[in-house]
Amino acid sequence: MQTVGGPVIPDYAAHSSSCVVHNHAFCWGWVNENWGSVLWPALRQHVLLVAAAVAIGFAIALALALAAHRYRRIERPTIFVTTLLYTIPSLALFELLVAPVGANVISAEIALVSYTLLILFRNILTGLRSVPAEVLDSAEGMGMSRGQALWRVELPLALPAIIAGLRIAVVTIIALATIVYTIYDAGLGVPIHTALGEGPFKTELIAAGVLAIALALLADGLLVLAQRALTPWARAG
Amino acid sequence: MGAPARLMPLKTADTAHNEGPSAFAQAAELELRDVSKRYPGQREAAIGDLSLTVPAGEVCVLVGPSGSGKTTAMRLINRLIPLSDGDILIGGRSVLQREPRELRREIGYVIQQVGLFPHLTVGENIATVPRLLGWDKQRIAARVHELLALIGLDPEEMAARYPAQLSGGQRQRVGVARALAADPPLMLMDEPFGAIDPINRARLQDEFLALQQQVRKTIVFVTHDIDEAIKMGDRIAILREGGVLAQYDTPSEILTRPADEFVAQFVGADRALKRLSLTTLAELALLAPDGTDSAASAPADALRVPRETTVHDALSLLLSAGGEPLQVTDGDGRVVGLLTLAQVQQLLCDDRAPTTLKKAS
Repeated sequence: MQTVGGPVIPDYAAHSSSCVVHNHAFCWGWVNENWGSVLWPALRQHVLLVAAAVAIGFAIALALALAAHRYRRIERPTIFVTTLLYTIPSLALFELLVAPVGANVISAEIALVSYTLLILFRNILTGLRSVPAEVLDSAEGMGMSRGQALWRVELPLALPAIIAGLRIAVVTIIALATIVYTIYDAGLGVPIHTALGEGPFKTELIAAGVLAIALALLADGLLVLAQRALTPWARAG
Repeated sequence: MGAPARLMPLKTADTAHNEGPSAFAQAAELELRDVSKRYPGQREAAIGDLSLTVPAGEVCVLVGPSGSGKTTAMRLINRLIPLSDGDILIGGRSVLQREPRELRREIGYVIQQVGLFPHLTVGENIATVPRLLGWDKQRIAARVHELLALIGLDPEEMAARYPAQLSGGQRQRVGVARALAADPPLMLMDEPFGAIDPINRARLQDEFLALQQQVRKTIVFVTHDIDEAIKMGDRIAILREGGVLAQYDTPSEILTRPADEFVAQFVGADRALKRLSLTTLAELALLAPDGTDSAASAPADALRVPRETTVHDALSLLLSAGGEPLQVTDGDGRVVGLLTLAQVQQLLCDDRAPTTLKKAS
């Protein structure tokens, strides 16, 4: 187990507070003592795992959606593959990847990315397809090239659907990343797993769980704010 | 606009890039030469050997029943649809030699659903083609301001709005302003007022005719509505099924002398009445108001109508007034003459329908 500042198992004998000794429901003292050594590193790792997975997944999904937008025949096979990936039980997928790739961050990212693809692909494609035909007609009729129409008209108009997809993907991956610990020692899953293995002491479990929930809410909120800032027109009228 | 630009329409199309703000300088002659469009797998041509010339600065209305290919014909001009045969010349230059996107930036384009970009403000929408042409910011801002004023929208208030915050009529006007932005020598308009309610449509039509008086563009205007064609067109091209030109003439010629049964049916049995809407009272020789030159005299309480009224509307008033003469007034409300049923009859009997100044509003 990767630990920054000593064992995370509460040392009952040496310097335990009375809260820990008497096993109250939640001990702030423990959180204070273990923030720098346990919770903060786990949170940071969690954010990095999720950010990388969503960024990579978004890039792949965007490329696939743009291709499917132009060549319709790409859509069905893409939906088929991404749905298949999405339906593989996550624990199984993590374990399946260990043999060919190894129990490392790459396996973890492959698994997480594969769960973003279906959501992001579908939302980006839906967004692109929702652009009204007459808007595209006037873009073409005024002399925009395909690329100009895509960047200046189609993608901006697809933004609400794209951001809606990102919100679902981010929240999903934040939750899913808590089981990355099964193959790679990182993320908020680590303290949760530790706490579950430790019997009655609940503070670590609650603290890490609450951090995961708070992270999801925060990320979702930031995306809502981003959408408001990027698509002022969507609220006009 | 600063000084009202009453500039000579150019015979040849310059590229729109060369024109600065405050300019509505360009109009180009449009010529369709034996234009055909056939779609693979279809026996009938969509457009068959269509030839017509629109003089610079005139409005040519393409009208016909559905399936007559009027929209197709229009979209061939800016190469949204590729030609099968023939050639199209704008200001004497073939469109086939032009890069399609560059060509389209020089042709104003307005469609029924307007197609404003919902994510861009009114100002940004109008700036679309100038941006594509790489105008600098100041020039674009000045142009946007000028165009909004031209279409009667307050630039300060409206430029920052989004299309969703406009009424249907305002959106349509912005669509026209957007098409005019780079001072194109030619405008294509596909049923531009088709989605507007009848009252607002009539107002927009009038506004557009007044605007055209100022900008004098060569315009190809597609509609399925013969009344709109008569109102808007300097010339009307009536297409029949298969994109065949049935008649290409001025509205009064088409109403007076329809080329064949198809045209006669298409313009309607009431074409004599329609002809009356081409003429205003100002163009008629009215009877003297004091009744000196005829037996007619009007009671003091006779209906008064401004002389800008069309004869068509005046006839309706005459009939509802029980045949009593109407008093025709000028801009200051003074009675300048009398109108009787006999004069309307005389106008209809006139084989030569009057050439009109119906564009003046």
